[in-house]
This record gives sequence, C-alpha cells and structure tokens, in this order.
Amino acid sequence: MPRIVTDWLAEHVELPADLTAERLAADLVRVGLEEEEIHPAAVTGPLVVGRVLALTPEPQKNGKTINWCLVDVGPDHNATQIKGVDDADVPAGGARGIVCGAHNFGVGDLVVVSLPGTVLPGGFAIASRKTYGHVSDGMICSVRELGIGEDHDGILVLTRAGFDAADLTPGQDAVALLGLGDEVLEINVTPDRGYAFSYRGVAREYAHSTGARFTDPALVANLPAATSDGFAVEVDDAAPIHGNVGCDRFVTRIVRGIDPAAPTPPWMKRRLEGSGMRSISLAVDVTNYVMLDLGQPIHAYDLARVAAPIVVRRAAAGERLTTLDDVDRALDAEDLLITDSPAGERGVRVLGLAGVMGGQSSEVSGETTDVLVEAAHFDPVTVARTARRHRLPSEAAKRFERGVDPRLPAVAAQRVVDLLVELGGGTADDAVSDLDATTAPTPVTLDATLPTRLSGVEYDRATVVRILEQIGCVVEGDDPLRVTPPSWRPDLTEPAALVEEVVRIDGYDRIPSVLPAAPGGRGLTAQQRTRRSVARALAEAGFVEVLSYPFVGTADLDALGLPADDVRRTTLRLANPLADDRPFLRAELLTTLLEVARRNTARGLGDVAVFELGLVTRPVPGAPAAPQLPVGVRPSDDDLAALHAAVPDQPRHVAGVIAGSPERAGWWGPGRPADWADAVAAARLVAERVGVEVAVRADAETMPWHPGRCAAVVVAGGDADGTVVGHAGELHPKVVESLGLPARAVAFELDLSALVAAADPEPVQARPVSAFPAAKEDFALVVDASVPAADVRAAVVAGAGELLEEATLFDVFTGAQVGEGKKSLAYSVRLRAADRTLTADDVRAVRDGVVAATAERVGAVLRG
Amino acid sequence: MSTPTSDSGVDPLDVTALDAAVDAALAAAEAASDLDELKAVRVAHTGDKSPLALANRAIGGLPGADKAAAGKNVGPRRGRVAQALAARQAELEAERDARVLVTEAVDVTLPPERRPAGARHPIELVQERVADFFVGMGWEIADGPEVEAEWFNFDALNFDPDHPARQMQDTFYVEGEGGKPSNLVLRTHTSPVQSRSLLERGVPLYVACPGKVFRTDALDATHTPVFHQVEGLAVDKGLTMANLVGTLDAFARAMFGPEAKTRLRPSFFPFTEPSAEMDLWFPQKKGGAGWIEWGGCGMVNPNVLRAAGIDPEEYSGFAFGMGIERTLMLRHSIADMHDIVEGDVRFSTQFGTEI
Repeated sequence: MPRIVTDWLAEHVELPADLTAERLAADLVRVGLEEEEIHPAAVTGPLVVGRVLALTPEPQKNGKTINWCLVDVGPDHNATQIKGVDDADVPAGGARGIVCGAHNFGVGDLVVVSLPGTVLPGGFAIASRKTYGHVSDGMICSVRELGIGEDHDGILVLTRAGFDAADLTPGQDAVALLGLGDEVLEINVTPDRGYAFSYRGVAREYAHSTGARFTDPALVANLPAATSDGFAVEVDDAAPIHGNVGCDRFVTRIVRGIDPAAPTPPWMKRRLEGSGMRSISLAVDVTNYVMLDLGQPIHAYDLARVAAPIVVRRAAAGERLTTLDDVDRALDAEDLLITDSPAGERGVRVLGLAGVMGGQSSEVSGETTDVLVEAAHFDPVTVARTARRHRLPSEAAKRFERGVDPRLPAVAAQRVVDLLVELGGGTADDAVSDLDATTAPTPVTLDATLPTRLSGVEYDRATVVRILEQIGCVVEGDDPLRVTPPSWRPDLTEPAALVEEVVRIDGYDRIPSVLPAAPGGRGLTAQQRTRRSVARALAEAGFVEVLSYPFVGTADLDALGLPADDVRRTTLRLANPLADDRPFLRAELLTTLLEVARRNTARGLGDVAVFELGLVTRPVPGAPAAPQLPVGVRPSDDDLAALHAAVPDQPRHVAGVIAGSPERAGWWGPGRPADWADAVAAARLVAERVGVEVAVRADAETMPWHPGRCAAVVVAGGDADGTVVGHAGELHPKVVESLGLPARAVAFELDLSALVAAADPEPVQARPVSAFPAAKEDFALVVDASVPAADVRAAVVAGAGELLEEATLFDVFTGAQVGEGKKSLAYSVRLRAADRTLTADDVRAVRDGVVAATAERVGAVLRG
Repeated sequence: MSTPTSDSGVDPLDVTALDAAVDAALAAAEAASDLDELKAVRVAHTGDKSPLALANRAIGGLPGADKAAAGKNVGPRRGRVAQALAARQAELEAERDARVLVTEAVDVTLPPERRPAGARHPIELVQERVADFFVGMGWEIADGPEVEAEWFNFDALNFDPDHPARQMQDTFYVEGEGGKPSNLVLRTHTSPVQSRSLLERGVPLYVACPGKVFRTDALDATHTPVFHQVEGLAVDKGLTMANLVGTLDAFARAMFGPEAKTRLRPSFFPFTEPSAEMDLWFPQKKGGAGWIEWGGCGMVNPNVLRAAGIDPEEYSGFAFGMGIERTLMLRHSIADMHDIVEGDVRFSTQFGTEI
C-alpha cells in the first residue's frame, strides 16, 4: 500500500510546515484513506557529513588491513584531543579518529559518519569503542548500513552518489540530507479508489479533507500529438473479456542517447526509497517515480531490442515468457500480451504481460542508451485475471485492476521523457504514437434530494453540486442532475456512489443518530430457543462448551475406526486447506471434539466434560455444482432452486465427551468414574430439552463406540418414530487408545436438527392432576439376561394400563437365586385414578395385567 | 360420716389435700431434668395410681350432692397438672432438640462440589446477548449455512468475480467433483444470510445474523481461520444513514455500557454504498477510554437489493457487521486468540453461563 513522503506530497498540495505523519493520517482518514502503519524514522542521532583528513592503512595479524582515519565532522562534533594521537598531529579545527575496514575511499572524500549516539536502521546503536589498538569514535557508513540500498561495495562517498561537493559541509546533518529522519505514513487504499495509488490522488484527497490548495500535476498544456512516424503500435484483441478490448490506449515516446551510467539523483532516490521502492537504474527509477507520482504505470524498453510494430494481443496456445522476476511462465489464452515483430514477423515475440510485468528480453540494461517509453491503458478485468493467474500482484497490476485514469498516458509519458532528457542527458524524438480508443465517462443521473434521503443530513442542491464539482465531476441540469464523473473515478457509476462522495466530503461526523423503529418481530425461532435450552442444560449438568475447527483429515477418520463405506467418510474437500493433512469438513462433531478433550487431559485436567453445538457437513456424492449467476440480478426461481440444491445439507449436531470422573473424589469419598450411562443420560437430557420422546437400543455396529456399550438413540412416537438421531455410550477402547484419551471415556452425539424437526410444534395440552390417593405395587420380574430393560419396562407399562402414573426400575439382580442366564428386574409402579380412590380390585387387575403382559412379551416370571 | 376414699387416695372434697397433690405434681414436673424423668413424673402424678386420678375415680362413689362439688375440685386441678406437664414436655423437647442439633453440627466450609458446574463458551454467550439486543428492538435472528454457494457469498452482495474486493477476503474454496469447481465456499462473512433473508422474507426486513465464518488466516494472537461475526440488515422505506448511526449507538451501549458511542469513517465494501468503517469508544477500553475499530457498515448497495428482486427506488436499507471475537476480546480484555479457539475448559469456566 502507498507510503507518503511528505515533501513529495507537498509538490501537489499546500502542506503546513510542521505536518507530522500522525497529523497527516488523521487528515486522510476523514476522507477514507485509512492509516496502515506509520514507519518510524530510519536513523536517529548525530549522523553527519564528514571529510576524510588523514588515512593510515594498518595491516593486521589476521591478514586484514584496516584504515585509521582522522575525519572532520564539523566544529560542533570535532575533538581537539584524540587518544593515541599527538596533540600536534591533530588537525587544526579538530577531528575524530575512526577505524574503518573498507578501502573504496581516500583522503578528501566526503562521507557519512555516524557519531556515538546514532541509531542506524535495525536498531544498530553506535558507540565509541576500542578496536585494533585505537579508540574508534564513530563509524563511516556504507549504503547498506544506512538502509538505503543493498550496495555493499563499501563506503558511501557522497560526491559519487550524485551529491554536489559545493552543497556539502562537514558537520552537516546527514539524516535530513538522505531523508532518513522522516516518519512515513503508509495508507490503506480501498479497491474502489485506484487513483489514490498516487501522490496526485492522495494530494487531491488531502485537499478535500483540509481545504488546502491542490494543483493537479496531470493538467499539462501543449502535450505533443501523435505523429505519423511514431513507433508503430497495433491492438489486435481477438478475445475481449465482457466485450471490453484489452487495451484502449497506447502511447509511446522515444528518448535516445541516454548516459547509461548517469546516476539517479539523490532526491529521487530518497523519495523512491521513502515510498518503499528500491532504486535500480535511472531509466527504471524515472518510470517508477512517474508511476508513484501520477498513478500511471510505465514500461521502458531498450529500443534496440524492440522491432516495430508492437502488437497488443491475447496469448496463443503454448506461448511462454520469462518475466523480469526471472520466472519462465506458460501463458494462458486470456493473457493480454505486448509483442513485437522481429524480422517483419508481426507480433511473434512476447515482450511482456500487458499491465502486469515485462519480459527479460527487452528490459533496459546497463548498456541501454535508447529507450522506448510505453504508457498504456488496459482493461482492469484482463489485468486482474492475469495477475491472479500468474500470482503477480505487481505495482502496475495493482493500479490497472483498480482502474487508471485513461487521460494519463500522454501526460505520464511526457514526464518520463522530460526526466530522462534532464537527468540522463538524452534527446527526445519528435515522433509520438498515441493509439486512443478511450471513451468519456458515462454521466449518472442523480436526483438532487437523494443525498439527503439516504444520509438523513439536509443537503440543498447547491451543496450537492459544489461537492460533486469539488471532486472533479461535471454537473449539468437542474433536477435531476446530470453528473459526469472525472476520468480518474471509474467507480462512480451509481447515484449511491455520488451520495457517498457528498456525505464523505461533507463529513460522516455530521450524520445524526436516529434509532429506527422496527415493525416488531416474532422473537427467537423454536430452533434458536431450543439450541440455547440444550446448551444451558448441558452446562448445568457439568459440561463445558467448546468450539473446535471443522477441518479433519483421513488420519482423524481412521483414528475413529470408521469403515471405508461409512457415510461420515463422505466429506467435502477444500481446494485450499490451511493444513494439507486436514482438507475435509467434518461430518460429525466428535471427530474434532475428541481432540479438544484430549488437549484438556494432556494439560493435566484429568476429569473433563466438554460439549459442542455446531454444524456438520453431509454432502451427497454426485451433487451438481452451484450455478454461476450474475451480479445485481435476481436469479430466476429455477436458478434459486439450483443454488439451494447445490449447498450441501448442514445439520446442527450436539456432542459431548466425558473423560475421568464427572463426580469428583473429595472429603466425601472416592469419585465416580464416567460410564456409558452418563453419556446416555446426557443424550436423554438433550432430547428432553428439545421436547422429543426418545428410546435407546443396543448398537453393536457403529464406530467409534464400544460394541457392547453403545446405545442408538431413536425417536419414539410421532411421524419420526424409529428414526435414529444419534448415539451415546462408551468409546471403543481402540479409539480411546489411538486418541490418547483416558480409559473408559464416554461420549454422545445427536443430530439436533433432526430432533427439533421431530418435536411437536403444537403447544403441550395439559392433563389434569388427580388428587386421589395413589397405590403402589412392586414387581420383581425374572427374564432372560439378554432381554433389554427397555423392553421389560414397555411390557410393564402396557400391562399396567391407564391407571399407571409412574414405573421405576429400582433393582437389577443376577445370581444363583434367579438362575443361570437370567436376571431379575424390580419395578415399582405408582397407580392412580383420575376420578376415584383405587380399590383392591383395581390394584389386583393391574397386577394381573402386568404379570400377563410381561410374561407374554418378554417371557417374564414374577419372582416369588 | 366419713368420705370413702381409696387406699392412700385423696378425698375429692379435701381441697387442702388436693392442692398438696397438685403442688407435688407441679414441683415434680419442674424438677424433671429430662424427658425420661418427666415421663416418670407423668405416671406418678397423672397415672391411674396417682392421687388425683384416684380422687377423680372416687367422685363416682360420692353421694349425688357432693359429686358436683368434688368434680369442680378435681377437674381443674387435673387440668392444671396436665398443662404443666405439657409445658415442661415442650421445654425439655426443645432442650433436647437443641442439644441434638449441636451434636449434628458440621464444617460448612468444606468444599461441596461433587460435580463441578459446567459453562457456556463466551463466543456463544456474546452471540446470544447480541441476539437478545436485536430481538428486543423488534428485529429477528436469521441463520444460514456455513458451506455456501459463491453466488450468495459474493455475487448477490455485488462482489464482481473480477473485482479486487473478491480477493480482499481470503476464501476457502470447496473442491468440486471430477476436478470441476463446485462454486461453493466456506462463507467469508455472515453477509450471505442477508441475501437469503431478503429473498426468503422480503421487505420490510430487520434481521441480525450471528454466526461462524472462515478465512484462510493462520491462527495467531489476533487471527483465527474460523471466527464469528454478527451482521445486521434493515431494509424499509425511508431508512437513512442516520438510522444506521442510531442503531450502532444503541448496540454499542448495549454491549459496552451507557457511555459507549460510535463514529464512522469513509470506506469501501461492495455490498454497501455509501460505506464506512465504524469505531467504538468506551470508557473501559484496555489502556484507557478511547476509539478502536469495531466493524464495517453502510447503506445497502442498490445491486444487493436488485439481486433480491427489491426495487432500490422504493426501498433503502443499511447493513453492518462486526467480529464477535473482537467484541469479546475488547469487552473482556482477552489478549490472545488461542484462548478462545483451543477449547481449554479453564477459559470457558471463567464465564459461567451468562456474560
């Protein structure tokens, strides 16, 4: 994102002399340019210009030779006494003694000296130190130490870096000279504001925020028109995207006789580097400078390596290009290319990806003297797709995909030409080519009252017109207004966008605060209320709610022992997972919840009960892809149905895990370890909160459960009678072992959506409460050990008939008294009639009924 | 003539003797130091062989003229004794009960938690609190799928496939079958619920959509690939940015106390125009009262309304969204996202079941 060097910004807009980065950030954020970061000053402390007065090479035992230097750092910093130097040998006016290991400088050179107290980039603090038998009282700096380049050839000699000796004095502040002392504001530019990727754009916005005077650097008179002998350019787009030709403007200029050794002037280097861009060579620096200044990406070709005509066209199958970043790329038929025509073969050689990155073959080099300057305008979609396809978010692509002012190319090309002539000693050709197929911005019809109606702030017509004109629009008509946006604002295509401009420039802080009155809603839905009720019930029952990521891998499913054809292995796969070993979306919560339980026990929390409520994904194999439909148009009912059908089923589940002892050991005695019954009880609690009658039955088939200790939970009664809604019980010992959970961990998982769907939506119809006395009867029923208690109970209930109020299993007994392979189940039943006191005959009838029903249904014998 | 009496009995007409018997009974009752002694006293002074009982029995043998006088002598006196015994009984029972309760005393400071309480996850609690605020204002709460059609996540919200904004959000894409695109994503925001609600419920519409969202950010102290947002959407005739500001202010006060307030900064979102970033000010902010970014908002882009078949000439609306994690972190001074996502029970239990 753009970094703002203030003295550069000041070329286009009046700035207060004492403007800080912080103040600038506050001014810009008001109009929507948000602060990304304020980069601190690169160097602090006494960094000064020094002149080398004496230099004594001293060979060392390690084979190195160091230079013992006396450096004039100005009267404010010079010492009159130097340790190890006779006072008589100290130069008049004083100096500093500095040890330096580099050899690319000599007596008389003007250098940069960091005196003790200086902090260089990277927090490198300079102090006076003893070394090689001297006290080195500072450091002579290299470009790299100053953080202004990678050049490690040696010491920065200022006169060789483009500084004029006449402008330099020992002792002069080198922080300011090199521009290393400024805090630099980096701003965040939203995708609709491409023009703010330039000093021109930021200056304009600063003016809007503060009212400071802005001078548009793109308003240049007397630009040369295209000439017949301009470098030949053809646009031949055989496959425009969305009907937009990939290139609608292409300006070329030629500058010859540039000195390839001409350095980039220090002021330009400083501004480029302050803006976050490395200095490379004069020709490249100039194109970057103009791009940063105006927002127009520019490409410079070595003229000797380009053969007319240039042809702008889409790529053909099999074409390749090695881009400037040294990557050989296979091109896509949608890529728009800049090509040239060696040996008269039209458009056969690829020079670059249009608006994204140039190629190596035609790049300017250390020998280039003649430069062909390209300033073009490319279709944003074409550039965006190519940049994305080749993962090349270049500075040029960033600008083109957000939209570049189509009126800039000629202006920017002229600026580049002027700078190359001025700084590189070149000569501009008179020949100019300017292929221009750009169209004027489309006017937008704006009801002058719309800004008021959408914002709630009163704007009269005059204010609306004034603000729109201020941002560069041409406003005609009375009402509605006919607003032609400026060429740099391709985003202003809707009345609402113009409203944003009016409100933004006037200030969002002027919007009043008015609470709207909604018409009144229906409250939470049954689903939403049930979700809360279930979560709270589980929390009250001792479970702690957690949230786990839904990403799972094959290893996780294997750890649960899921067979190959298990429905829970039918998962959606992410195309770009965060972790390659977890590319799937969970089809069940336990897959990830068990890991959370394990993490807790691994952290020394031995007794853990956790639960999670969340969506799981249940795709159907062979489901159709979702249709791709246009923006801003309501889909047809058929299309909507196709969209809904393509989105996989995502039921809400609830799952819980208990490891260790839910009832703790304490002064009252030992704890009670979790067993299968805790899990079944939790599942029943959930069903009870949802308001659905459920039954359980043994399930020896389903993983990750213990085959002898797992209950399938099924809906009992209603339309969904018999539907399995989940499982509860002890986990399979192998699963427990492979996941590293405490032995005998138990768990449950229920499809909450299915449970809620099974709940009767009608209000409960109350039964009257009988005040007549109850009668109690106990039955000890001996059955085969394999008969489930639930079946025995069902027989008891059926046999007892309508007088039954409650039947409770109070004892289970096995042993010699009941016989081998048998068990005794003792039930206590409470009987009551709605309208009378029960008689002995009533109770006898119930007793007979229970005995008969249990005998018939489960082969029970009443124990004597 | 002698009055017939039983052995050692008291003459029911002998008031002095009767009074002596009563005095003896009262004294004995008073002297009884526990319930057993009192039982013996009761037997001795009111039992069949007691003087007063014998005197009572003797009344039957008296001549008719004396019966009434003897009855008046004996009845009230027996009553007095019975009363005194009952009173003493109550006293002694109370003493005994007090003694027993003292011996039953326990150390009530012993830790009682046989089954420690569980807790809700604070992210869920914040979402519920947010839902309660909006329900209280007459809005409804809408849910939607987490694996979502790209059209709902992007196009319906005016994200053009080629617009850079589509790249702003680091999206998880779902692989299609046979190498073809599925055109499904993990929703990058809760905004697709906006479009679903507009299509399904129509206008006027006032809905808030809390839920889970996904972006391809690696987990660190301030980012998580799976997080939560709440999105608000109101579409009606005549809604303005002032209504947006009013709603945000009320929401800020509900979540951050009566002094909280909001401010807007111009920004860009494809689904709103005008758009704004929203800052929150509240006194308890860590490091002192001040402004901090809370969410994004704006007036619903006409293209979003059109995508739901709603005429933007007739209806306008506003929308806003903020991170639930961010809200939780600001409100409860949570410094590290790891605590929220790792599922360590020590984190959730700090919050209980209400926040």
